[in-house]
Amino acid sequence: MRFTKDHEWVEESGGVAAIGVTAYAAEQLGDVVFVELPEVGKTVKAGDPLAVVESVKAASDVYAPISGEVVEVNGDLPNAPETVNSMPEKDGWFAKLKLSNPAELDGLMDRAAYETFLSTL
Amino acid sequence: MSDQALKTTPLTDAHRALGARMTEFGGYEMPVQYADGVLKEHLWTREHAGLFDVSHMGPSFLRLKHLSGDAKADHEAVSALLEPIVCADVKGLKRGQIRYTLLLNATGGVVDDLMVARPAGDDAQGVLQIIVNAGTKEGDFARIAAAAGDTAELVRADDRGLIAVQGPEAEAVVAAIIPEVADLSFMTLINAPYDGGTVAVSRSGYTGEDGFEILVEAKSARKLWDRLLQDERARPIGLGARDSLRLEAGLPLYGHDLDETISPVEADLGFALSKRRRLAEDFPGAARAIGELGGHLTRRRVGLRVLEGAPAREGAEIVGPDGGVVGRVTSGGFSPSLGAPIAMGYAPPELAEPGAKLGVIVRGKRQAAEVVALPFVPHHYRRKA
Repeated sequence: MRFTKDHEWVEESGGVAAIGVTAYAAEQLGDVVFVELPEVGKTVKAGDPLAVVESVKAASDVYAPISGEVVEVNGDLPNAPETVNSMPEKDGWFAKLKLSNPAELDGLMDRAAYETFLSTL
Repeated sequence: MSDQALKTTPLTDAHRALGARMTEFGGYEMPVQYADGVLKEHLWTREHAGLFDVSHMGPSFLRLKHLSGDAKADHEAVSALLEPIVCADVKGLKRGQIRYTLLLNATGGVVDDLMVARPAGDDAQGVLQIIVNAGTKEGDFARIAAAAGDTAELVRADDRGLIAVQGPEAEAVVAAIIPEVADLSFMTLINAPYDGGTVAVSRSGYTGEDGFEILVEAKSARKLWDRLLQDERARPIGLGARDSLRLEAGLPLYGHDLDETISPVEADLGFALSKRRRLAEDFPGAARAIGELGGHLTRRRVGLRVLEGAPAREGAEIVGPDGGVVGRVTSGGFSPSLGAPIAMGYAPPELAEPGAKLGVIVRGKRQAAEVVALPFVPHHYRRKA
């Protein structure tokens, strides 16, 4: 699993990567009450808005950590947005992207680097 | 505000000790949520008792400088100073009675909403307790002091603690410490002894629930807060849930649902225009308000159920049946009690009746919405039997 400074995670397997938000991000967001997922087939560049999560208080963007085409979204999430809080780095994934530039993964942090980054916040 | 150190309340250390997440609000460092989070805090308040630090608000006392000794005459004299800048019948307040009112500018726009009370005690006639909002208090205090002239002095009490206890178990929690409160009905207040001093307890609040607001000397505030929290029915509640609770209760928040361009009638706060003042047409902007009551209204505050999609937040456009923009959302979010998005905003009168089909624009997409009667969640005030 790889991580961004915006607290997204990416787990790649065979050129397709699942994307979600980290446990830290989920804790910061508070109780998630709504998620908006992208359309399958949408193409995004690294850094583009990919999804939206909303708590009672506010809406927050989830950015695409890497470039690619959305090939699947987590259809269970809109009916159970609390999964983002309960299992952020597993069942709380948002979408899967077919990577257009797998080399982008090398620019992301591994878990140790992400945890070091968190300790600076 | 950004270069200035944030102000603290007598309870700031208590919030930190409880692990609160702190935020800036009205120039103060305030708890936005505690460990439970907004959703649980909100629901706890609706079912049990929530404890809120609202010491950032602006309690004050307007005192006549020279008392005649005739309680009625002194009350009328101090009321006569405040009445020209608000729309309430302040003179008509009975001892121990509180009224919600609006500070108005010359064009009848709302400068702030506030609570004004006539204390109950013989030793406090010719005095009004006035509580204004945090973000507007400097301007409000200046306006009230100017209205008072040399006849009365405005004594700020915003260095004290102000603790709100709200929810169906609030009475049991507060009465265990201050037994006198059980006799209070909604919108009345008393002074009671506490910790060697005096607290002013009012049966009021801004959540739609029964509850109390307790004005306590700074040195006793922490002791009272900790004592209230010892009761397992009470939990600390942050500003996040305070906002979602007042939204469900259909209560406007100054600076969002109310501003200096909006009149009381537009804000659907006509109840705050007292009958005596309406008949006398002697409050600021009276001609405008009376015209609006007579039908000359271009917009009115409405409640909206967002029927699909994401919550519509402040600033979201409200669109009519033909897709044209007819207004904006002024407060919006997710209702924990209803499990659905709700909002308040302004719409033309012909689209402001319950059942009107409107839309809200969220991230460029139209979502269906419907006007509903306010409040979204019924009030549970304890009125006199």
